[in-house]
Formats: sequence, structure tokens, C-alpha cells
Amino acid sequence: MSNIKDILKERILVLDGAMGTMIQRHKLEEEDFRNENLKDHTSPLKGNNDLLSLTRPDIIKEIHAEYFNAGADIVETNTFSGTTIAQADYSLEHIIYELNYESAKIAREVADEFTAKEPEKPRFVAGSIGPTNRTASLSPDVNDPGYRAITFDQLVKAYKEQGQALLEGGVDIFLVETVFDTLNAKAALFALSEVNEENNTDLPIMVSGTITDASGRTLSGQTTEAFLISVSHIPLLSIGLNCALGAKDLEPYLKVLSKNSNAFVSAHPNAGLPNEFGQYDETPEMMGKQIEMFLKDGLINIIGGCCGTTPDHIKVIAELTGKYQPRPLPETLLA
Amino acid sequence: MTVNPQRQLPPLMLSGLEPLIITPESNFVNIGERTNVTGSRKFLRLIKEGNFEEALSVALDQVRGGAQILDVNMDEGMIDGKESMVNFLNLIASEPEISRIPIMIDSSKWEIIEAGLKVVQGKSVVNSISLKAGEEEFKYQAKKIKMYGAAVIVMAFDEKGQADNYPRRVEICERAYRILVDEVKFPPQDIIFDPNIFPVATGMEEHKNNALDFFRATKWIKDNLPGAKVSGGVSNVSFSFRGNNPVREAMHSAFLYHAIKNGMDMGIVNPTMLEVYDEIPKDLLEKVEDVLLNRKDEATENLLEFAETVKGSGKAKVVDDAWRKETVESRLSHALVKGIVDYIEEDTEEARQKYPRPLHVIEGPLMDGMNIVGDLFGSGKMFLPQVVKSARVMKKAVAYLLPFMEREKEEMKKSGTIDAEAKAPKILLATVKGDVHDIGKNIVGVVLACNNYDIIDMGVMVPTEKIIQKAIEENVDAIGLSGLITPSLDEMVGVAEEMEKRGLKIPLLIGGATTSRIHTAVKIDPKYSGPIAHVLDASKSVPVVSSFTAESDEVRNRQKTKFKEEYATLRTDHAKRQESKVYISLENARNNKTQLDWPNQKITKPSFLGTRVFRDFSLEEIVKFFDWTPFFQSWELAGRYPKILEDRVVGQEAQKLFNDANELLDKVIREKSLKADAVIGFFPANSINDDDIEVYQFNQETFEEDRTKVAEVLHHLRQQNKKSEKTTNFCLADNIAPKETGISDYIGAFTVTCHGAEELAKEFEKDHDDYNSIMIKALADRIAEAFTECLHQKVRTELWGYAKGEALDNESLIREKYQGIRPAPGYPACPDHLEKGTLFKMLNATDNIGLELTESFAMYPAAAVSGWYFANENSRYFGLGKIKKDQVEDYAKRIGKSVEETEKWLGSILAY
Repeated sequence: MSNIKDILKERILVLDGAMGTMIQRHKLEEEDFRNENLKDHTSPLKGNNDLLSLTRPDIIKEIHAEYFNAGADIVETNTFSGTTIAQADYSLEHIIYELNYESAKIAREVADEFTAKEPEKPRFVAGSIGPTNRTASLSPDVNDPGYRAITFDQLVKAYKEQGQALLEGGVDIFLVETVFDTLNAKAALFALSEVNEENNTDLPIMVSGTITDASGRTLSGQTTEAFLISVSHIPLLSIGLNCALGAKDLEPYLKVLSKNSNAFVSAHPNAGLPNEFGQYDETPEMMGKQIEMFLKDGLINIIGGCCGTTPDHIKVIAELTGKYQPRPLPETLLA
Repeated sequence: MTVNPQRQLPPLMLSGLEPLIITPESNFVNIGERTNVTGSRKFLRLIKEGNFEEALSVALDQVRGGAQILDVNMDEGMIDGKESMVNFLNLIASEPEISRIPIMIDSSKWEIIEAGLKVVQGKSVVNSISLKAGEEEFKYQAKKIKMYGAAVIVMAFDEKGQADNYPRRVEICERAYRILVDEVKFPPQDIIFDPNIFPVATGMEEHKNNALDFFRATKWIKDNLPGAKVSGGVSNVSFSFRGNNPVREAMHSAFLYHAIKNGMDMGIVNPTMLEVYDEIPKDLLEKVEDVLLNRKDEATENLLEFAETVKGSGKAKVVDDAWRKETVESRLSHALVKGIVDYIEEDTEEARQKYPRPLHVIEGPLMDGMNIVGDLFGSGKMFLPQVVKSARVMKKAVAYLLPFMEREKEEMKKSGTIDAEAKAPKILLATVKGDVHDIGKNIVGVVLACNNYDIIDMGVMVPTEKIIQKAIEENVDAIGLSGLITPSLDEMVGVAEEMEKRGLKIPLLIGGATTSRIHTAVKIDPKYSGPIAHVLDASKSVPVVSSFTAESDEVRNRQKTKFKEEYATLRTDHAKRQESKVYISLENARNNKTQLDWPNQKITKPSFLGTRVFRDFSLEEIVKFFDWTPFFQSWELAGRYPKILEDRVVGQEAQKLFNDANELLDKVIREKSLKADAVIGFFPANSINDDDIEVYQFNQETFEEDRTKVAEVLHHLRQQNKKSEKTTNFCLADNIAPKETGISDYIGAFTVTCHGAEELAKEFEKDHDDYNSIMIKALADRIAEAFTECLHQKVRTELWGYAKGEALDNESLIREKYQGIRPAPGYPACPDHLEKGTLFKMLNATDNIGLELTESFAMYPAAAVSGWYFANENSRYFGLGKIKKDQVEDYAKRIGKSVEETEKWLGSILAY
């Protein structure tokens, strides 16, 4: 693998777009989420998109290939909910290793095919590590604010399992994304540091937080800068923001990261805000216009899309990145 | 790595909800110290009594008094330090005004420190570690702290003891710094030294230089250890003047003045025990500085003597409580917006006396306050944790008023103002499955409860089934569903569907951030014939609920009709804007069918045509094909077999269950008390008209086919959803060669059952042995499934023989690594149960193996599997999805039934 850090100094890298949006296009049914192993699984599995890496790898491969074709340098594995915690909703804690391993393998295969075809544009695989569906620093019970539905130790255990399987499946990078509770992310970083140490590897880690609304804070209440400070104890390849907001609303917070961070800066915004049906309306052109503003301002090193974005969006974004220089790393930090 | 002093180090950066960045230009950073059981008797008492609420107000006082970091210490023998630390930090996290600032986790016990580090989301400070127990432990703890993401205070303490003079301070700090920076790779800017502040003016000779040595050590650290900071507990210095606050305050200020000049960055100071340096009376200041700087031999005596003359109460605590002087309405509003519970009861009481009825307090000032909170939240000026706090204040106020409302109600009953029998309408609230967000729902609950509704709050992640069960059980008057994330929208549709299916007429209210009037109109309302309304926010919930639960039928019906009409109009408008883009016509779907290269497909003629019956098949043989994983699932044990047996959580239970199952299974095999029967068949077949399969007659003896005589026609459905470019619209018939190709193809069919489970279960039930009753049924299911798997293998390798070379172990079978499929009528690929009729007829299943079809086409006995065999190597499982009316009409014609009846059978897959 070419060194991604060197490439990032040269040019802006393109991350892929939404996985869920692409999967939705296939109009899958319960049976698509089942294979022989799962055919008698008692809980319904439809909507558990990560599972498709096992039951419909053809679709997942196709989506990765579509994004690479559109110009993405990095694709994310289909493992956003690939922890025992998130999969507990489906009673699928037992498939975590297989799910992450196979997802990583699928993405690896597609990436390698593309790299072989275009060696001058090496393709990378980022292991997607989502926030889980529980918050370590918020109580789900308004009457019992001291209660926690999940502990740091439980999160570390779950993230370690996911991280180990992703690593064995061949990812190049870990991507801790959609961080809405920083304590969850800190547990992920703790776990991934242990994974790197135990395997004697040094896989770079990307962290991407989520600013939930106009207050400019994460769900757990931190400002962008406080979030940055809280995750900077582990050396990061990049820090960024994704989801919840469209490109336009993300800009002020990206500026905060760009100004204060030692690491490369990433963004993968949604295609605007969801409409009443939970769909995203921003066309590739509309989104491209917004993103061009960040690129012009030199805020960005890695850019892609989150909810509602498609290969068409990524194509427009990829074309734009060719026109602009990446954000330079602050001088003192290159040492 | 050595630190190059030339290179600029980043500043020390800490965070709570907001950042705290400490640069050389920063002023002295004030660490709040009252939340420390070793330093505050009041705080200790509160923690001992478990009065965490008031303990939090101590913390809040510190923040409001100007603390920039909050030191929390729970080191006391009488309390569980670890538990108290975790509890208190968790509670602080729910108080945004406190958790705004970084936390200092203060303990001499590593386990308490580590527990604290695991519950703070921001970058905190550990207070403290030291070389006291040697380098190994020091390095281990420092490394862990780095992983958790915190800065660290290092005490000037080593194996030999605490540093009590200047050279020892320098020696220990330098050694600790080198270990941290060079070996642990701890960021130098995150190291804070505490070079020990000891009391002065104790009357002992050796204490005279205590302050001076601290100042000098501070200077040395700042000059020689790049990036490192200096902190300390200031109140120690005035230890000998306990009880004399004016002198202590002056000493603290003077000490800080000099320490800061020498480079001290932060300190643990009670901000309310601090005089402004310039305001210290000159004579007092001079005497204090004489002591601190050890300027005169008689300094201590002079200060002691002088101290007698300035005894007093000291500086009064300054808290901004101007708001307490406002009207009761604005006080309530202030308390709600700021989330202050301290005065809520007294203010609520005052309002109660002012207003004619307790309910008016809620509807008036309290709701006004909550509306402000809602507006601030909406415009991003408040954020979630603050809103939660406001909700808690609201709850407290309402809880206070409730007894008064009860009493009022009693009185009204007595006086006949209201019907004594009248009960408050019951409202069920739930956040739907898969969603944990409940702030909005809780607020609605509070508001409705305030309006005299009886609230049944089912909490978060509530499955449809539970909601409906509870609604029926409690005979509720309305159901409110809430959700914040987009998948919740679909969940709500599911709840509405299920309510309709159960024939419920309970009003349904939809609320939550992603819900909308239009979504309710288009997606939910059509699913439910009962009353339904989208409720924008808590304040809108009251009028809607009150009209939906009104006594008068007329009011209720009018309200229902009003919403129904409104939603119908919205739907029509919406439909006009949307063209149907999701589904394609049946014709187009057929044009996009899977086209196989038929002349080059390998087709194998089965070893026989017609049926073959397997009665009382060897259970020993079948057991080899067992897939145990679903067995464990049926007992609600999650995990894959065999790994589940070693699972840390359920392993032991699973192993027990597995042993019991095997014991029973062995007994069953020994006694032949269960019986596995099957009938399979192979038939000449071709597909016709895209979606149907013709089955032809043949000679039972010679297997000679007569493809001109049709025995049966099998009907299949085709996917009609719009596909992306490279995928086709599947139909099972695509797996069989079309008649017009002239190629002879075949189809197989099977029915499998396990007899006897019901009888055995009844026996067990007679003995009240439910465990074995369930067990035997679960085993019979497994036997039917395993027998199906076993037969399919025989079919592939031998009976049909299209995959003679196949060699797969059980694991690969479970993973469906074989060629060909065996889809079952009624399941996703062929959802029409009616086709089971034809299948049973072709196999004569009822006569052959005693397997029956009920009138709703379910199989009896229940442990049974039936389906088709397709051999083609391209065949695979798929879900049909939904279909459009054109296909239903076409299909009805093909199966010779009315469109209406066909729609009834295909109800769940209609896309209209």
C-alpha cells in the first residue's frame, strides 16, 4: 500500500458516499437479509444493512465498485453497526467477527482490483466503526440522570472485537464515525490502540464527529473544539465531521477543526437535510457547489458524502478535488 | 524522543462540554475544590447521606463562583469511593452548566481514578500519580492515562517520601518528567507538577521556607521542563490560621500572587476564600508576606499577634441571585430555562397561592417557561442536556402540585362539581422500537399529566406488540408514539398497521423530530381507520388529546373527521407531485427478466420421474444434518452453535440445554417416538408465458415424457420494483427452460414432516413439564428441517443427481454453498400459499405421509417443510417484494380466481 499520509500531502482524497441510500435502491426484502444460517433466525432482519455483506455480498461489492468508478479513493466497509452492541437489537452478536471480516474482505477485493487497473491512483479501505445505539455519557432515563445504558468497558470490548475482525479482513484505516457521544469515541480509540498494539500494526485512525443541530454541539453537548480536544490524545490520521447536517451547515464547524487540528481534516456531509420522508434532496450539483466553497478555502484533506449521497454526488465531488490544493498541515505539526 | 526547547509545544488543552486552553498568556486557572470529601465536611455529609442532588448544587456553586476546572474527590473510608466517584461524575454529565468545564479526577487510589476516567467524555486531569510506589507503577498508570485521554498531575513524591525542600522537589520532578516524556511518550504539555504546598507560620523552624521553596521549585520547573505546568492546593499554606478567614484569605491571595509570578499555572483554591490582592489591607499584607517569603525571624509571631485583631467573618459569598427578586412568574421561568431546582418548590408554592387552581400554575407560568425552553432549543441556543434539565425542573414543580390537584379533585367530587366516577383518560406513550430518544415524549407526558391525564409511559425501544398488548390491557384512551430517527417513521407505520389488523379504534398520536404532518398523512393515516393525528409539539398535544378523548361522541367524531379529511387532501396533493417511480409495469418487469443462455445450460434428467416416499426415515441419519443455532434461538439464547457453548454469558445455560436436548433426542431415537416422513417428486417441466411452469405427463414405468400433455400449471410471481441497471426482475419460473427453447427441463417438489411431537408434548404437559413439552416441539422442528437438508443433499447428489461430485460438510450446507434452491410456498420468493395446494396434489402428500393442509393452507403437523426444487446453477433465493395491481389482475386470471380473492391471499405484498 502506498503511504496514505504522503498522498494526503499531495492531494485531496475522496471518500465514498452513502451505503444505506444505495442499498435502498435495491428494494430488498426480508429474504435478502437471510442466508441458510439465518433462515430460521427468530427476529426480523430486514433493515440490518450490515448483514448484506454476508447475505448479498454481490450488492455490497457492486456499491463499492460504483463508488470507486465515480472517483472515490477510499471506500468504507459496510460495518457501521458491526458491534455486538448494535447487533444485539437483532440477536446477532454471534456473527460480529464474520460480518466485519467478510465486509472488510469484500471492500479489499474491490479496492485491489481498482488499484491494479490504475496503480497511479491507489484505492484504500476504511473500516467503518459507528457509534453503536447507546450513549456512555447520557442517561436514556430522564428521571435517573446518573444511569448509563452502556459502560466504557463494554464499549471497549465491542469495539475491540470489531477492530480486530476489520484488521484481519484487510482494512487500511479505521474510521470512527458519526460520533455523537465523545465517550463512545474515546472507548473506540482505546480499543483500536489496543488492537494496533496487540497486532503490532499501526493502522491510521480517522475520527469523524457529528454536530447534531444548530447549537453547533454534539448530541452529548460538546462544542466542536471541545470534541477535537477530547479525541486528540491518540494520534489521528484525520479529524472531521459527518452526517446530521448538509455541507452548507457544516462549514463553520469545519473551520474550527481546520484551524485547530494537527491532523488532516475530513468531511462527509449529508445531501442536505432530510425531507419529511427521511429522504435527502440535494442534487450532486447543489452539494458540489457547497463543497467547492470548503475546497476553495483550503479547509479539507478528505471529502466524501454521508446520508443521501450517491456515486453521482461523489463523481461531482471527485472532479472538484482535482481543481484545488489540499489543506496544508500546520507547520509545527509536521515534525 | 527528547524535547527540543526551541520547538513550540502546543498549549495544555482540556475540555468539558467546552474547551479550556491554557497558554503561557493565560491567567491563573482556578480549580474548584468544594466537591472534595476530604476538604469539605458539608460535601462529605451530602455524599454519605446519598444526597447527590444537593451535592450537585455544591458543584454548581463552584462553577458559578468562577471555577474553571472542577476537582472531585471521594477518598473517604466510610464511603465506596469508586461508586461515589462514578455516580457523581455521571450526574455532573447531566448538568450542562457544571459539565461545561473540565473535571479533575482526584484520588489517591488508582482504581477510583480509572473508574472516573471511564465516565468523562471530555479531556480531564488526573490528580494525581507519583513515583511513591516506584517507576513501574508510575509508568503503567501514566500510559493508561494517556490512552484514556487526560492530563496528569504528578506529586513531588518518590520512593523515599514527599519532597519537602527545594533540591528534593527539583530532583523528583525532573526524574518524573524524563520518564513521562522519554519513556511513556506522554505529551509534555499535559504534565502538571504539584510540588507540594505546605503550611507556614506553624511555629516550627523547618517550615519557615515552605512557601519560598515552593516558589523556587515552580520557577525551576517552568524554566527547565518544557511544557510542564505547576499546580497546588493553596489552602494548605494557611493551615495554622483555621477559623480566621480574613487572614487565610489574605494569605491565599498573597501566596498566589507570588506563586503566579514564579510561574504557577493553576491551583486548587476556594474562590470564595480569596481576597483581591490589591484590597488586602497594607499592614496585613506586609505581615503575611513576611511569613511567606521568610523575610523576618519574628514574622510568624507578628502575624499571629496581628491575626487576633482581624478576626471576623471574612468575605461574603457572592452568587448572582438577582433573579430571586423578580416576580414569581419570571422566577419560575428562569428556573426552567436554567434548570435550577433549588427554589422550585417554594416558587411553585407561591404561584399556587397566587393562582386560583393548581392546574393554572402549570398551564400558565410553567408552560410559558417550557415554551421559552422549546424556542431556545429550536433556535440552537439551548442544547439537549439543558432541555433534559429543564424537563426535570418541570417534573419537580408538577410533582409538587399533584397532591393539591388530587385534593381539589376530591373536593370537587364531594361537592358534585365533577362526576365521582369520572376517571382521568389514560394515555399510553412510547418511543418506538429501535429508537432511544424520549425527551420529547417525556415532555409530552409531563404536559399531559399536568392536564389531568393518566400517563402510562412505556419508555424507549418498545416493540409494536408490547404497545398494542399494553393498550388493550389497560384499555387506554389514546396512544402516543414518538421517535427521533428516520427508521422510526417505518416503525410507526408498522404500529398503525398492526392496530388496524387488531381492529383497534384507539386514537393514535404521532410525534417526534422526524415525524411530520405530510408523512403521517401519506404513510400512516391510510393504514389505520381509527382516529389519528400528528402532534407538532408538547403544547399541541393537549387540545388534540382532549378532543380525541372527549365524552361527547360528536366532538370525537368531528375531530377524527377533521384530521382524516385534512390528511386525505394532503395525500392527494402529494400524489399529484409524485409520480410512481418505484414500481414498473408487469410488462416491463417481464422484459427485464433473467435471461439464461439456455442452449448452454447443463440440464440433468432426474434418476426417476414421479414421487418417492420415505417413511420412518433413520433419525440417526437425520441428526447428522442438525443445525443447532436456530434451536438455541428458539430458546432465546443468542449465539452460533458450537461457539455458543463456550459463550461467557450464555455458555453455561446453552450447554445445559444442549445436554437436555441430546438426552431427549437419544431417548426419542431409541424409542422411535418421533417419526420422520417425506415424499419427494421430479417432473418434466418448462416455463411458459414468462411466469408459469407447465408440468407434463409421463409414463410411470418407463419415465417416457409426453410434453404435449399438461398435468399441472404452477404459477409464480415476478418482482416489480424498479431495479438498478445491472439487476433483473426475478421470478422463480426464470430457472426453468422456456417451452419455446425446445429444451427438456425438470422441476422437483418435496414435503417433509415429523410426526408424534404433539402427542409427546401432551404427555409432558400432563406432568406439568413445560420444559420438555417445548423441547420436544423444538426438536421436532429441527428434525423436519434437518431431514429436509438431508433429502436435498440426496436429491442433488443422487436422486436428481445434478451435482454428483458435491462434497460439503454440514457447516457448508448450513451456509448454502450448494447448487440449486428449495424455496417454499408462502415464503419470500413465492409468497402465495395457495400453490401449496398444487404441490400437495402432485406429491399426494396427505395420503402418502399424512401431512395435511388447513383451510388457511398451513401444514399440519406443524413440524413440516414443503417446497420446490430448482436445479439450475443460476437459481438463487430472493424476496419477491411488493407487486402492483396489473400483476395481481394477471395472476388472478392465471389461477382462475377473482381479483378480490387473489388480493386477499396476497394482501401483505400489495404495493397499493
